[in-house]
Amino acid sequence: MSEQVFEATIAKDQRIEPRDWMPDGYRKTMIRQIAQHAHSEIIGMQPEGAWITRAPSLRRKAILLAKVQDEAGHGLYLYSAAETLGADRGDLTRRLIEGRQKYSSIFNYPTLTFADVGVIGWLVDGAAICNQVPLCRSSFGPYARAMIRICKEESFHQRQGYELLMTMMRGTPAQREMVQDAVNRWWWPSLMMFGPPDGESPNTAQSMAWKIKRHTNDELRQRFVDMSVPQAEALGVTLPDADLRWNAEREHYDFGEIDWSELKRVISGDGPMNAERIANRRRADEEGAWVREAAAAHAAKKQEVPA
Amino acid sequence: MSFDDAYQALTDHDDDARWAYGTGFADPLAGVPTELPEGVDAADLAAYCLMLGDDALILSHRLQQWVTRAPELEDEMAIANIALDLLGQARLLLTRAGEAEGAGRGEDDLAYLREAAEFRHVRLVERQDEHFGHLIARLLVFSVWRLALLDRLSASRDPVLAAIGAKGVKEVAYHREYAAGWAVRLGDGTPLSHERMQAGLDAVWPLIGELFEPHEVEQRLPGVAIDRASLRSEFDAVIAQVLEAATLDRPTSAPSSERGHGPELAEILAEMQGLARATPGGVW
Amino acid sequence: MSEIKHEWPLYEVFVRAKRGLNHVHVGSLRAADPEMALHHARDLYTRRNEGVSIWVVQSDDIVASGPDDKDAFFGPSGDKAYRHPTYYAIPDSVPHI
Repeated sequence: MSEQVFEATIAKDQRIEPRDWMPDGYRKTMIRQIAQHAHSEIIGMQPEGAWITRAPSLRRKAILLAKVQDEAGHGLYLYSAAETLGADRGDLTRRLIEGRQKYSSIFNYPTLTFADVGVIGWLVDGAAICNQVPLCRSSFGPYARAMIRICKEESFHQRQGYELLMTMMRGTPAQREMVQDAVNRWWWPSLMMFGPPDGESPNTAQSMAWKIKRHTNDELRQRFVDMSVPQAEALGVTLPDADLRWNAEREHYDFGEIDWSELKRVISGDGPMNAERIANRRRADEEGAWVREAAAAHAAKKQEVPA
Repeated sequence: MSFDDAYQALTDHDDDARWAYGTGFADPLAGVPTELPEGVDAADLAAYCLMLGDDALILSHRLQQWVTRAPELEDEMAIANIALDLLGQARLLLTRAGEAEGAGRGEDDLAYLREAAEFRHVRLVERQDEHFGHLIARLLVFSVWRLALLDRLSASRDPVLAAIGAKGVKEVAYHREYAAGWAVRLGDGTPLSHERMQAGLDAVWPLIGELFEPHEVEQRLPGVAIDRASLRSEFDAVIAQVLEAATLDRPTSAPSSERGHGPELAEILAEMQGLARATPGGVW
Repeated sequence: MSEIKHEWPLYEVFVRAKRGLNHVHVGSLRAADPEMALHHARDLYTRRNEGVSIWVVQSDDIVASGPDDKDAFFGPSGDKAYRHPTYYAIPDSVPHI
């Protein structure tokens, strides 16, 4: 009976809410997907956060600080959505720092110059938006609602990045080189953000059936490439792919073969920054333990005193 | 009905600018006349704006160093908010300093191209936090002092300083509440947190003398600048109230009124100014 | 003395987006005490001027109808179409009604 209601709700394109009956697999998949997304937001604070104190103008400093703060906020919205399914944030954090849950592989690359801040906004956040806009229609209500809010807020993230790059391209030759170098380093990892090719993405079919995924990895990747090419031209940078060209027949850009072995390496923990990212998150969690305990102890004391 | 949907209320604005940082928000100085008030020495006004602006700039920097290190994600949000507020105050004050100086320097010239000796902040904002107890102790002491200061500044004869004061009061009232709340939780939490909170307070206490020691720049700007000695009684009353609720002891060390900067400023400036200075002619 | 829990309890957050609207649930957060919950709600859910008023309530304190109550709770009002304005046929020529 409950299963029929669940299937009918999905079929009518309505939302599943936390207290509804749902298949175990749906619950587990949802928790895993939302938690990975939340972890990505929190770990994603690190590559850009490293540049806040070094930002070369006060306006850029304010923008970057607000942006990194947003990422903490997005992580919180998402953990909050995961908790409606019975997950516990503390437990999810432990899974992250013990390497039992993953986060987006893109954050395992280092940010070498300030141009990386701009390119992360343009390409990485741009790719994230491509992935996330369809999630605003996810079949799980709390996730869909969190995504609406996140997408609204992320629109500034992408624009600030592109604006920074436009400004730098009008600057000194050294600045223009910095931008091109950052584009060269981030382009391919951005394409990998959409995940393995459809043929090697075992969970896609079930996720599509449950409407927690609305487009395949390859569809979204193609959309991102099609969007980014004219943006790169307007900026005056070259995307590092000799095979990138318009295909009039398909009405899409063709692009070169992605080095999937690199993605596998980075996902499995062997990326340039994996260890450091997790170590930082672990340290914050451990160094904050006494503070969290103190607040809990204080609250308990206050409850004991009769009002 | 979508009328009752908070997200609808968020999205029913057509102005996308609402979601772009720094636009669609009220300009805190809109309509405020920027001419210097009569009888005011421009160099003194510039120096005073730098004093207040550098306090905010350097403390914001110290708070920025906490990003990704806060004890809980909700506190990431709070600390970043406070750092952003102070950065905003610094930008307005440095801009005003540049206007008063009249040499064409803007906020970035003043933030990025001055040498350590030209910075005018109090020593309190400079020191490195060893742990969250230090962060809270310094933020408490600073916010209590600064709120009293900005409150009086909102009646300054300089209309720009008055507007900055009025805006800042709302922000720093919140910073003070945040710091006081945590001082009480840590002070009256576990034995370890009590010890660390007290240690934080003991560490910053010697630096508070300077906060109330009359300053010659202020004395040359009557009606414009605030006499910092006048802030003492409010400061003492608020701190006493917090310490009592937090079961903390008022430190016994003698506050020093010594001015000047320590070696930590060189590290701060190397970090803050390094990239800007390494890219001559760069635009950001 | 009760055992001290080190994890902060979950609070649900409700925001009044502007005057004249109801408070609406926007999400949750963790806090050690109600004051902290309110502070955090302000930082997390209203940092773009989205609200004029915030409520926080511990998630455990919410009493909710279950999805299985659906028929008993919400079914009986389903046949009372006369509560709805469109139930009444009014000619288009009658203005302002």
